[in-house]
Amino acid sequence: MKNKMLTICRNKAWFLALLVIFLTANAAAGAEKTLLVSAAISLKDVLTKLAPDFEKKNEPVKIVYNFAGSGQLRAQIESGAPVDVFISASAGDMDKLSQQKMIMASSRINLVANRLVLIVNKKQPVALSDMRDLIKNNIQRIAIGNPATVPAGQYAKDALSYYKLYDLLTSKLILGENVRQVLDYVARGEVDCGFVYTTDALIEKAVAIVMDIPDNTHKPIIYPAAVIYSSGNAELAGQFIRFLQEPENTRIFKEYGFEQGK
Amino acid sequence: LYTVMDEQIWFSIKLSLLVSALSTVFVALIGGAIAYLLATREFKGKIILEVLITLPLIMPPTVTGYYLIMIFGRNGFLGKLLYEMAGWSIMFTWQAAVLASFIISLPLMVRTTQAAIASVDITMRDSATMLGYSEWQTALKVVIPLAKKGIMAGVVLAFARAMGEFGATLMVAGNIPGRTSTMPLAIYSYAASGDWEKAHLLALLLTLTSGLFLFLARQYEIKGGK
Repeated sequence: MKNKMLTICRNKAWFLALLVIFLTANAAAGAEKTLLVSAAISLKDVLTKLAPDFEKKNEPVKIVYNFAGSGQLRAQIESGAPVDVFISASAGDMDKLSQQKMIMASSRINLVANRLVLIVNKKQPVALSDMRDLIKNNIQRIAIGNPATVPAGQYAKDALSYYKLYDLLTSKLILGENVRQVLDYVARGEVDCGFVYTTDALIEKAVAIVMDIPDNTHKPIIYPAAVIYSSGNAELAGQFIRFLQEPENTRIFKEYGFEQGK
Repeated sequence: LYTVMDEQIWFSIKLSLLVSALSTVFVALIGGAIAYLLATREFKGKIILEVLITLPLIMPPTVTGYYLIMIFGRNGFLGKLLYEMAGWSIMFTWQAAVLASFIISLPLMVRTTQAAIASVDITMRDSATMLGYSEWQTALKVVIPLAKKGIMAGVVLAFARAMGEFGATLMVAGNIPGRTSTMPLAIYSYAASGDWEKAHLLALLLTLTSGLFLFLARQYEIKGGK
C-alpha cells in the first residue's frame, strides 16, 4: 500500500516536472519571432557570425538556420517546409522556385558571388598543375558535390565537361551530399583532391588550393536570396535580406572571401 | 512504372541484394561462431565482448559509421595500414557497404543464436561428448540441428537489417550513384532532390522485399523448423 502510494507520488512528480518544462519552453518560444533561413551550406560560417547582430537589432527575434546543399533545400521548400528566407548557391534552384511562384519575386536579389577552386590535402599533396593531370594514375579519387543537388558539384561538372574530362573521370568521382562534405573528404585525406568554393578552402587549414577554375568554364556562381511566398514573417524576412546587404555586412562577406553579387 | 525504372534503380536493387547477401553470409559464419563461443564457454572479458558486439544494435548507425571511419578510413589505424600495404582504401566502395551492414546486423545474429544455443539442454552436449563426439561433431551434429530455428531467425533478421542499412553505409561508402547507392541511400537521394516517383517505387519495393522475408521466416518457424 505504502509502495503504491509512493509510485503514484513519483508519477505525479514526473508529470508536474514535464508540465513545467513544457509550459516554460512554450512561453519562451512564444515571446519571440523565429525566422527560418534555409541557406547554401557554403554560407554557414559567415551567416552564423551575422545572426546575433540581426537578433539584437530586431529583438525579440531568433534566427534559425537550415544549412544544406541548395538543391536539397529547394526540394524541402517545394514539399512545404515552413521556410521564411531561401539563399541558394545557384540561380537555377531559385529559378525553379520562382517558376512555381513559391518566392516573392520582388524580394529577390543577388547577395554575393563566389569562385570554384581545386584543393588537395596539405599532408598528402598530389602533383596537379593542369586540369588534364586529373586523368593521371596518381589521382584515384576526386570529390565533387553531387550534381543532382549540389551547385558546387554542378559548377565542377560544367568545368570538367568544358575540358572534355567529365566522361573520362566518372569512375574517379566521389559525390558529396554538399560542398562542405567534399571539403571534409579532402581535409580527412579520404580523397586526392576536390572541387569546392574559394570561401570553403579558406576556412579549412588542412587543405591547400592548387588551381583556380576559370569563370568561363562554368555558369556564374551567384547566391540569390528571396523571401518565401508562404512565409508568415514576410516583412521580417525582407528586413533580414536588406540587413545582409548593409555596407558593414558586405564587408564581412568580403572578409570570408565572398565577392560582390552582380 | 516502366518509364520510371531506369538503370540507377536497377543498380540499387541489385546492389542492395548483393550487399545484404554477402553481409549475411559473413554474419552467419562469424556471428554463428561467436554465438557458439559465448553460449558454451566462460572466459575472461566475455561480458566486454558481448557489450562490444551488441553496441551497434542500440547506437545510432551514424555513430557506428563514425567509428568505422576512425578504424578503416584512409587515415584510420587499420585503413592507413591497408593503404600503405595494398594502395587501396575501402572507403567509398561497395565493400564498405558490406562492412557496414555486417557490423550493424552482427548483434542480431549473435543475440538470437546465442540464446538458441544456450537453450539446448546441456545433457545433450554431455552425452554427445560421452559417445566420443569431438567438439566439432557435437556442434555440427547435435547443437546446431537442435538450435536450427533460432539460428535461422537470426540469419533472417540479419538479412532484413542489412537490406535496410542506411546511416553507417552513408558514412563509410558515401552515396555514389552507380557504385554505392543501395536502395535506402537511393531513396534518400531521390527524396532529397524531389524525385518522388522514383522514391515511391523504391520504397515500395524495399517494403515488399523485407516483408516477404519476414513472412517466409515466420512460415518456416511455424511449419519447417522442427
